Amino acid sequence: MDEIIVERLGSRWPYRVLLKLLQDAGEVIILMGEVIRGIPSGFKRFPLVVQQMLLIGVGSMPLAMIVALFTGAVAAVQASYQFRDYVPMIYLGTVIGKSVVIELGPVLTALVVGGRVGASIAAELGTMRVTEQIDAMETMGISSVRYLVVPRFLAASLMLPVLTIFADIVAIFGGFLVSVFTLDVSAHTFTSGLRLYFHMRDVFSGLIKAFFFGNIIAMMGCYYGLRSEGGAQGVGLATTQAVVASCLLILIVDYLLASFLFRVLFA
Amino acid sequence: MPEAAIEIKGVWKRLGTKEVLRGVDLAVQRGESVVIIGRSGTGKSVLLKHVVGLMDPDKGSVCVNGMDVPSLGAVELLNLRRQMGMLFQGGALFDSLSIGDNIGLPLREHTKMPEAQVELVVQEKLRLVGLEGAADMRPSNLSGGMKKRAALARALALNPKVMLYDEPTTGLDPITADLINRLIRRLQERLGIASIAVTHDMRSAYHIADHIAMLHEGRIHAVGTPAEIQATRDPVVRQFIEGSSEGPLLPT
Repeated sequence: MDEIIVERLGSRWPYRVLLKLLQDAGEVIILMGEVIRGIPSGFKRFPLVVQQMLLIGVGSMPLAMIVALFTGAVAAVQASYQFRDYVPMIYLGTVIGKSVVIELGPVLTALVVGGRVGASIAAELGTMRVTEQIDAMETMGISSVRYLVVPRFLAASLMLPVLTIFADIVAIFGGFLVSVFTLDVSAHTFTSGLRLYFHMRDVFSGLIKAFFFGNIIAMMGCYYGLRSEGGAQGVGLATTQAVVASCLLILIVDYLLASFLFRVLFA
Repeated sequence: MPEAAIEIKGVWKRLGTKEVLRGVDLAVQRGESVVIIGRSGTGKSVLLKHVVGLMDPDKGSVCVNGMDVPSLGAVELLNLRRQMGMLFQGGALFDSLSIGDNIGLPLREHTKMPEAQVELVVQEKLRLVGLEGAADMRPSNLSGGMKKRAALARALALNPKVMLYDEPTTGLDPITADLINRLIRRLQERLGIASIAVTHDMRSAYHIADHIAMLHEGRIHAVGTPAEIQATRDPVVRQFIEGSSEGPLLPT
């Protein structure tokens, strides 16, 4: 009976989209539950986690650092343009430091790593799915969630904050370089501004966000990868969906976490 | 009568809009080898997936060693699967691992075997399928036939009591196909493994089967020993085993 109602409602497009969304959300939550239950097994298979940490963390380092360097640089250019004639340049370091540590560092790192790593996870697991490797694994009595998803989940969740720490440093350094060499701001002015109003909780809030972004990237890559079907085209679709979904979720969760951290926790 | 190793009763399965299985009944005794023949798309692979619990039937029951597969919890299912081996159509070797690690994986995951012994078992299984010295190769560097043999070695790693073969000889040269056929036969005779093989290859079917079952229109259309099947007058079975495009089965 329920099925008939769902089928009938599902034939109209707004309901169809809504149902699809709810179904995906439900499936992701179920997968998440399995992953959380499987986390202890992840520590037993620590070499797999380390392997993924190398791929996800160390492998993303050059890309994330280049993005961070230019993020800091452009932040310096834009901020100094806005400040001109109104705000003393001592605040340049302050605003760059704060915006990088709270927002730009974690979010931009997550977006580029989400593109790189989310796509590669989805493509790898998707190919394993369509070539029956996942079925073979399950048939051997090895849980694909524990063997494949948990190590990726742990690795991404641990490495995103680490990447973010490096990105914060490099981005601030990028801002420093641009300020000192092209904007006529002395090194001392910049660093004094950086120390002004510097709070460790800002750094931590950025790292907490990065941890959740790591969860999202791994979950979306694995979810869409595992459920892909129908050969190369299916894997391609899964890859696209994983990247789109992780980028959207990163921005949505960023807003939710910002509201929670700065309006509730640190208010 | 002793309990059957695999017992499939009245299994129905719908995929999309198509009723693929429409009341399949099949029993495989311990130490018996049953070959399922049938045209492409009749649901032979789907039936195998029901036996390992990769798919659940819409109706009916699937029992392996007396346990009802669809009703098992995740842990029980994983435990039951350790007693089963399955050879997939394309081999399904993990391409991130070497051949040796592919075969060693179930041993490392499920047993506390010391590493030296795992290596020995890997070598032994590779020898069994005629792939000595391939342990360090990557799946991507193997030919189709070698992949299939490596996958067979992996499926045998835990000494399963039940083996399922999805087109074990398709795409192999006749000599390798014969090697696989003999191996399947030997495993079943020496170790008393119950097995279901799905194939189009009638030569292979006659070689390895104690009984041949033909899946047609979602049901088991005919069952018999290879001799009975060869002698049958049933027009559907006759057409299939003779490989003729003329008869009750229309080309699709």
